[in-house]
Amino acid sequence: MDEQHQSHEVADDLSPTRRSFYIKFIYGIMTAIGAALAAPAAIYLLFPPKIPKEGQWVDAADLANLPTGKPEEISFQRTRVDGWKVTNEKATAWVLKKPDNQVVAFAPQCTHLGCAYHWDDPSHTFICPCHTSAFSIDGKVLSGPAPRPLDRYEVKVDGGRLQIGPMEPHA
Amino acid sequence: MLKNIVDWLENRTGIETAIKSFLYEDIPASSGWHQVIGSMAVFFFIIQVFTGGLLAFNYAPTPGEAYNSVKYIMTELTGGSLIRGLHHWGASMMLIIVVLHMLQVFLYGAYKKPREATWMLGVVLLLVTLAFGLTGYLLPWDNRAYWGTVVTTQIAGQAPVAGQYLTRLLGGEGSVGNVTFSRFYALHTVLLPPLTLILIGIHIYLVRRHGVTPAVDDTAPRRKFFPEQVFKDTVGVSFAFLILFMMAVFARVPLGRLADPTDTNFIPRPEWYFLFLFQTLKFFKGPLEAIGSVVLPGVAVLTLFLIPFIDRGPLVRLGKRTFAFAFAALALIAWTGLTTAAILTTPKTTEADETAPGAESFEAWQALTPNELAGLAYFRKENCKACHPGAGKQGIGPDLTKIIPAHREAAWMTPHFKNPAQIEPGSSMPPVQLDDAGLNALSAFVGKLTPQNETALLSAPDFAAQGALIYQTKHCDACHQIQGVGKKVGPPLDGIGAHRDRAWLEKHFVDPKSMSPGSMMPPYKFTPPEMDAICKYLLQLPKAGG
Repeated sequence: MDEQHQSHEVADDLSPTRRSFYIKFIYGIMTAIGAALAAPAAIYLLFPPKIPKEGQWVDAADLANLPTGKPEEISFQRTRVDGWKVTNEKATAWVLKKPDNQVVAFAPQCTHLGCAYHWDDPSHTFICPCHTSAFSIDGKVLSGPAPRPLDRYEVKVDGGRLQIGPMEPHA
Repeated sequence: MLKNIVDWLENRTGIETAIKSFLYEDIPASSGWHQVIGSMAVFFFIIQVFTGGLLAFNYAPTPGEAYNSVKYIMTELTGGSLIRGLHHWGASMMLIIVVLHMLQVFLYGAYKKPREATWMLGVVLLLVTLAFGLTGYLLPWDNRAYWGTVVTTQIAGQAPVAGQYLTRLLGGEGSVGNVTFSRFYALHTVLLPPLTLILIGIHIYLVRRHGVTPAVDDTAPRRKFFPEQVFKDTVGVSFAFLILFMMAVFARVPLGRLADPTDTNFIPRPEWYFLFLFQTLKFFKGPLEAIGSVVLPGVAVLTLFLIPFIDRGPLVRLGKRTFAFAFAALALIAWTGLTTAAILTTPKTTEADETAPGAESFEAWQALTPNELAGLAYFRKENCKACHPGAGKQGIGPDLTKIIPAHREAAWMTPHFKNPAQIEPGSSMPPVQLDDAGLNALSAFVGKLTPQNETALLSAPDFAAQGALIYQTKHCDACHQIQGVGKKVGPPLDGIGAHRDRAWLEKHFVDPKSMSPGSMMPPYKFTPPEMDAICKYLLQLPKAGG
């Protein structure tokens, strides 16, 4: 320390280079520590869990019991990996059996904001009560704010029974 | 632009002035490296709050679920084991740093008038840090956590007069369970953090009020806290953080088996910094026990608390504080001795880390389907070993690992079991008295025997054989799948132990709908040994495709 710069009160006798080195060091280290904490935190919060989301097929209904040409809401049990748990939950789908025995299964949420829609027989459309989106019998948007057609589950028929699989990726 | 914002903020809140007056505080010229530890303690508190918050985002605070969610954090989430590592090792390092800070203040005599209150608040902060460690220890809900807490609550119960109320307050009356867990969780995450924050605030306020303690002969002009002392603090902080980060990366934080109150093999032990207390308890027997568990620690804390009033002499040079040095050295020696003794006299835990890579190494029986494994139960029941001793030993019957492929088929073996001599002329084997399903299982099992797996399979744990036998006789495969065998009406059971625990399974067997509403599964009544076998068997099923 420089004796000449001493005063009775407070000495600030750091040379400018030293001072700027200290300040750079403080900011540098604090930034580095911040990054070393923020990066793992971001990865931890944003990366999906490592459990593979295997598409599970569940037995949902007897094909013979489904009406032809009119959507029917069916419910079935499916298991879902929910964080650290596998839960068995009730799920539903709007199922349409076409005259050629082709089956389409719509996921039961409106593609706008996820409200439950229903089939309105008189108007022959799916209507969402929340923001009045309307969908045709094959899921196309007829009116309202819905951004895309109804989402569909993969389906297959096994021995006269309808099997419902994972959600089809939407276009 | 930025300047405008800063100016606006300063004008409306005065924050710039506040920060500046904090940073440009005058400190004695004798301040230096020995005073960085306090800042490091604050830094570690911030680390604990940050990582603790992150853990809480994926943590389920109920027993059982807690364990599964910690396992999930450790194995399923990227970076999860690093975050838990930072929190776990951070807790230990924080305690070390708090003690070092205290030691420095003690040796320099910085607790003397007018700084008594600052010191006493520091002692409270030490206790709070210990309380964090104690309550946090339970939260992973593995055997270590559970048994450690059982001992803790029992110790609290030994306190004279207050004992039983203390135990009740900790929810430890009867046994450690839901109530204890919730209270520890509430203390650890809801009460202690804001309390600590407030105490740290007051502690720092007091430090500022009385100023940093100067050395006895410090007459040099005072200096500013920023940037020189902040630089030194930063060096200390970065050094400690580097150690913490390395530990979090390289030293795995173990997660043992799910807490099991019936496990009689587990040796409870506290976290390392409590081991000295653990050891002290061994010296006090019978009615004297409370002396070791409550009275001595109580006296020690009280002494620590009252040190500023015990040592009231004027501040002297560090070199002249012989008594303080002797006192600290004695405490350190006692602590080290007791801790070492505790480590040496407690058998090492043999419990495996359930989240370590490769922890799910296969046992031979785990490769078998339930039907094949049920065959092992029949193999034992029918005492097949009497004539087929295995391990290459000569028996009355042939070595089962060497039978020809055609005879490994159930189509050959089952009729042979029913009437041995008819299928294999000259055979002295008695007919096996089992129904068709049993004979099928037995032949499936025998067909799986090879010279490589024979010993391991024949010595497979009985719960596996019995569990698989129950599975086979109750026709669980009519709805469930294991290793691709069985129907898919219900969920497949491979790796079910990753998501369910014993308590859940038991409740589910008794009343499936109570655990999974809408389940079509009928209830099952098992005897306690049956329940034990089927649960253990199911919980140890490996994941599909493993």
